[in-house]
Amino acid sequence: MIRYDMLILRFGEFTIKGKNRNRFEKRLMEHVRQALTGYTDLKLQRTFGRIYVYLNGHEHGPIIEQVRDIFGIASISPALTVPPELIPIQTASLQVMESYDSKERTFKATVRRAWKGFPHTSQEMNHLVGGHVLRNHPLLKVNVHQPQIELRVEIQEAFALVYCEVIRTVGGFPYGTNGKAMLLLSGGIDSPVAGWHAMRRGLEVEAVHFYSYPFTSEQARDKVIALSSRLSRFAGGQLKLHLVPFTELQTAFASMKQDPLVITMMRRAMLRITERLAEQHGALAMITGDSLGQVASQTLGSMNVIGRAASLPLLRPLVMMDKQEIIERAEAIGTYPVSILPYEDCCTLFVPKSPSTNPNLRVVEKVESFVPEYDRLLEEAVSKAETMILEPEHQVQLTSPDEEDWF
Amino acid sequence: MHYGCSAKGSRTCKDHDLCLQYGIGRRLVCGPFTMYTEGEGTALLYFDHSASAPPHEDVVRTMMEVMTRHYANPSSLHRAGLDADRLLHRAREVLAAQFGVSASEWVFTSGGTESNNLAILGAARAMQSRGKHLITSKIEHPSVVQAFRQLEQEGYEVTWLPVDEQGCVRSDSLAEAIRGDTILVSIMHVNNETGAIQPLEELSSVLSHHPRILFHVDGVQSVGKLPVKLRAWRIDMFTVSAHKLRGPKGVGLLYVREGVRLQPLVYGGGQEAGRRSGTSNVPGIVASVKAIRLAVEKQVERQVRMTGLGRLLRESLADVEGIVLTKCPAAPHIVHLSCPGLKPEVVVHMLEQEEIYISTQSACSSKSGQPSPVLQAMGMERTLTESGLRISFGDEHTEEDIHRLAEHLARAVTSLRPIVKGRN
Repeated sequence: MIRYDMLILRFGEFTIKGKNRNRFEKRLMEHVRQALTGYTDLKLQRTFGRIYVYLNGHEHGPIIEQVRDIFGIASISPALTVPPELIPIQTASLQVMESYDSKERTFKATVRRAWKGFPHTSQEMNHLVGGHVLRNHPLLKVNVHQPQIELRVEIQEAFALVYCEVIRTVGGFPYGTNGKAMLLLSGGIDSPVAGWHAMRRGLEVEAVHFYSYPFTSEQARDKVIALSSRLSRFAGGQLKLHLVPFTELQTAFASMKQDPLVITMMRRAMLRITERLAEQHGALAMITGDSLGQVASQTLGSMNVIGRAASLPLLRPLVMMDKQEIIERAEAIGTYPVSILPYEDCCTLFVPKSPSTNPNLRVVEKVESFVPEYDRLLEEAVSKAETMILEPEHQVQLTSPDEEDWF
Repeated sequence: MHYGCSAKGSRTCKDHDLCLQYGIGRRLVCGPFTMYTEGEGTALLYFDHSASAPPHEDVVRTMMEVMTRHYANPSSLHRAGLDADRLLHRAREVLAAQFGVSASEWVFTSGGTESNNLAILGAARAMQSRGKHLITSKIEHPSVVQAFRQLEQEGYEVTWLPVDEQGCVRSDSLAEAIRGDTILVSIMHVNNETGAIQPLEELSSVLSHHPRILFHVDGVQSVGKLPVKLRAWRIDMFTVSAHKLRGPKGVGLLYVREGVRLQPLVYGGGQEAGRRSGTSNVPGIVASVKAIRLAVEKQVERQVRMTGLGRLLRESLADVEGIVLTKCPAAPHIVHLSCPGLKPEVVVHMLEQEEIYISTQSACSSKSGQPSPVLQAMGMERTLTESGLRISFGDEHTEEDIHRLAEHLARAVTSLRPIVKGRN
């Protein structure tokens, strides 16, 4: 097995931003350092548009796993570093190519000479490197247009980098570099994915969950905690979760005898509460997992009426995505297996037989005005909200602390 | 056994009143693994850890407490059920942390045999559309061998890899055996009879070129004794048995890498994510995870200590006429030898009179009286393959115990040899 000695982490699109660039890069560097805290002997170096991770004898695989989910990194390559001289470069190129099994394959060599003091031009080097590999590997063939393997060499003054693998990663902006927003987290498949997309655009996220005990079970709450804990991996290791009691509002709406409008009113109340929480916590937007047409509350008509309950910008990262794409993303970020656990959340209860797909705003407002003590109920929900801070290693809470001794 | 003795395991407790009260016949029992005879006060020496290890006292306590407090069915909806279910979750989290994998990647079963069966039968049946060729070795445990025999009956083709004279599978023979329709490779980590450590790292680098082939490892004899690197060795399924590392019987574990599909062997209420139905054995699982944590956390220390004890035993027996030490890269806790010309069970019974317990072949095949297939696969002569003895030790053993074992073993073999010679 080949032992690479460096990882190249390439920055995503934010490198085109002028003034803020340094701030973004610094933040990203912090995130990488944080993700690698377990490895004390790694050396990190920030250069133009990249971070170099000197592996110091560590295997590259596990380190890549540690950093591949960090937002702002567009691609990763494990590489060999050698002195910027012809013979070492040729030797390393062979080594890299030998990490593939000896099947028939096509390849091409691409040499970039960043350090102009190097005696051979890039063109000459393509031949010198490619030729050397060809001589030693009779089964390889050159194909400059569509090679199966692209062997890359970058020659700098301090060292030359030799690699062929470029692992595409998530890209985006470093977490928290584009402001803060509140995420309405239900426990379903969509909302964690919406949260992930928001985080990828550099938003700092705080999650808000509504529960209706005893109509929803404690398992449903555990599930949201598990989801938040999973999402915290993408949020630099910590995610705030606000748990809002919703039973009273929900029963108040249900007793209005306006069944088709219950969901609409619930969603509006959730936005109103979230908006107040956003104000308390300095967030400037709300994120939902709405996907156009998916359920009754996500038709254009419903979105219009629901959205009018709040004045903060409503971000809907999934609005134009197909369910299958959402599921694939949920699987990739590891929230899917938790999301499909069978516990009811507060929206699936009280679902009327025929929820309105095109509610009338004036009717909804009228009905809401008859909800007894509506404002007090909203206020109470906000003030009774509990806040938890979740981390990726969040553990199941046992019934009593002494039970830890059993393990 | 009597766990109530306040002098737990100490060697002075033969005078302890409580213990005397619990004396049954001429044997007195106190503490998890020290038993005393009334007369001489010599300790019982149990050298059959590879068959089953005496439970750790914390494990016994956990088992009892969980059983008493959390009797609800973890699949029940109410809070009592949820509380029991949380213990199972926590158990998975602890396992995940110990092995560097995720919590959802563990299936609890009834033991090592079921785990091996589930891995092999379950994976082979789930993957049959991709191919029907399987690879294993000639030295596997019966729970692996018989599972593959069953698959042969079902129309699968099995390649049985040979081992070298040291009892190890060679990576080049694995590389040669792999075909386009190979779906599963199952190789044990440590052989249960000779203790031979299989070169998992080399085998996994052969398999790294074949990402679609599943790699199952029977780790029943290795956990807690050797480092186990599930991710680095690209292991897809890994079997652990609790009672081999001082946990309770009746609990096995199977690590199943995320994404690996298994066809269940047991159908019912869909527990263990549908992979193994049946009400979860909550006390057994929690106690097992405790045992595994204790075993894995002290692994390095144990390996060093046991390697020393093993070396001492081998040195003490090296010059005894009639004893042939089996040469192999052995796990630290197992010493294997043959006593050509003798029936090994006679030696077992002679030592048993001295309150020393050792084993012939593995416990699962020791009653067959047949030459050991494992030793045969190593190309040993018949006199050796039918006279194998296995000594496997644990945390409680000291150098003094090893000396006593060596002395009695040497004496037994020396005294039996003339009788056998005369007969021949």
